Amino acid sequence: MVRRLLPDNESVLPLLSEERWRARGYDRALAQAAALGPDGVIEWVTAAHITGRGGAAFPTGKKWASVARTTDPIKYVVMNADESELGTFKDRVLLSGDPWGPLTGLAIAAYAVGARDAFLYVRGEYPEIEALLKDAFGWTRWAGPLADRLTFHLYRGGGAYIAGEETALINSIEGKRPEPRVKPPFPTQRGLWDHPTVIQNVETLANVALVLAHDPEWYRAVGTPSAPGTKLIAVSGHVRRPGVYEVPMGFPLWPVLMDPDYGGGIGGSGRLQAVLIGGAAGTWLTADECREARLDNESLRAYGASLGSGAMMVFDDTVNIWRILGQVARFFAHESCGQCVPCRIGTQRLVEQLTGDRQPDYQQLRELGEAMRDASICGLGQTAPQALLSYLDRPALWR
Amino acid sequence: MGNDVTMTIDGMTVTVPYGTTIRAAATMAGHPVPTLCWHEHLAPANACRACVVEVEGSRTLVAACSREVEPGMVVRTTSERVQRARRVVAELLASASDASLAPSLEALCRDTGAHPENWGGATWHQPVRDDNGLYVRDYAKCILCYRCVEACGDQAQNTFAISVAGRGFHAHIDAGWDRAMPESDCVFCGNCVAVCPTGALIDRTEWTLRQNGQWDDAAITTTDTVCGYCGVGCGLTLHVLDNRIVKVTSPPDHPVTHGMLCVKGRYAYQYVQQEEAAGED
Repeated sequence: MVRRLLPDNESVLPLLSEERWRARGYDRALAQAAALGPDGVIEWVTAAHITGRGGAAFPTGKKWASVARTTDPIKYVVMNADESELGTFKDRVLLSGDPWGPLTGLAIAAYAVGARDAFLYVRGEYPEIEALLKDAFGWTRWAGPLADRLTFHLYRGGGAYIAGEETALINSIEGKRPEPRVKPPFPTQRGLWDHPTVIQNVETLANVALVLAHDPEWYRAVGTPSAPGTKLIAVSGHVRRPGVYEVPMGFPLWPVLMDPDYGGGIGGSGRLQAVLIGGAAGTWLTADECREARLDNESLRAYGASLGSGAMMVFDDTVNIWRILGQVARFFAHESCGQCVPCRIGTQRLVEQLTGDRQPDYQQLRELGEAMRDASICGLGQTAPQALLSYLDRPALWR
Repeated sequence: MGNDVTMTIDGMTVTVPYGTTIRAAATMAGHPVPTLCWHEHLAPANACRACVVEVEGSRTLVAACSREVEPGMVVRTTSERVQRARRVVAELLASASDASLAPSLEALCRDTGAHPENWGGATWHQPVRDDNGLYVRDYAKCILCYRCVEACGDQAQNTFAISVAGRGFHAHIDAGWDRAMPESDCVFCGNCVAVCPTGALIDRTEWTLRQNGQWDDAAITTTDTVCGYCGVGCGLTLHVLDNRIVKVTSPPDHPVTHGMLCVKGRYAYQYVQQEEAAGED
């Protein structure tokens, strides 16, 4: 088992201690960053091929480079800890197990792009994480100039899933309604208060800290060539050992369900029906597909799926998948901000069609789903029908 | 030319100035895209998605109203994906809202072959809000295009009396805690009414005449004049029915107003019609 992001359980050093920070190698990471200089840091992050772990898998080095080269003297970095995707709890586990990793990554990001203010947007339902991070801010006294030069600002999410979308998150920090903005301009061009802004998922920043604590070559030693490193997978539902597991990118899916070190086998009836991978906005994989699939975006593409946030919700053969689709639809109808028509009315119609008494017209549902995917403003509306569309593509799940 | 962008729309090569939107370029190319929420004097809200087009290399469709053209961009305004998305947008809107005073939505439904009746389900049907002397809010007709919010806010009036509240299907225009307009920050300029594309916001006089079956578009004549209240010189268009002013607007292309007025220019025209009565006393 590979353990990079998640510290060993036997670690006895106090969670927020300087000793622990050093033991994790993050003192080296900040020293290395300072030695490399901003451009060198971006080169390392680019060479390590880190991609965003929040779901979009955008190359992190590319994002930083585009912010670093803007002429605006004011730039911002944001840690997106508004983890709200259904079945996703890996950032919570990561932050409660190793808050220093993401924080160190955030300081490195700020240094690389030239930001003096770092924002942490923390899910409102994670008060213990919020308290932990506030306590951690004291590190500026001893962690060296890269941390000391920064001002940290902690914002608590107000309970809207949509606020995790990066442009809605910007609006939320600015005190506005968390409605997504149209892209382009991207936050890297016009973000917080219209200044170039780097927004990264918690896990992405933890990966950055690891790269700087070691080197790109070390980082690339696990995972796949196109997606190096490890991924935190949140396994929930009908498995014997639900939890967050760290696996190399490209790791086979099956052992994550079955291996005693991971999921430990199918729970419930003991017979796997399907896995919803990527959260509510995710894709169904049938039991047969789960036997072959590997956990990286390149290989999941063959199934029309992606890792997303790294959620795997497991369902045994007693579960009525159609009812799950109805619940997923209810979730999105509740969480839609209501800004654009395909999402505002489309999510409502999906609920009606999926939970009503009438047998729905699959063709009509597919057209609605495809229109939502194609024409919604942001990822919420675009992916709200994803589970349904993947169900329609898999007659094996129909009953 | 350094300030121009050359791109392709529906197979035609077009050259337009930098900063031109796909919508404007498509119009120039003679392939206009339908719009509902877009308004010539307001920043694009990107909300209705009727104007989506296919841009080569883009994962999703793109709102033509706001996306600026880029060199070499290849745009398709009527691909199968585009047509499906537009038809679904039309069906969703018309299945939820009353489109009877929304010519742009009716046209979208017609042009896309939409069948809103295929979608049952919840609608926006709700009581008319009749709480002030100058305009009526019939939100059953609202399509949440954001135009009123933008006009009331920093795009024109800078009053910020109304905003979008609620979420999802329940998102709606609100003056704060569901207040009646006289209790809100509203200054009754009526610019929200002027930009509303669906008749959800409608002048009281027009509303009353329509209710009584007396509104007759064909019988209305218009007279352009200049507002007599102050020295700004706002252009007015008086809409006259049976020798009575029934509505005042300002030409959208008027250099002073861009179609926006204040409460006096838009609503304080009764004195014109009361002179005669006063003289008879």
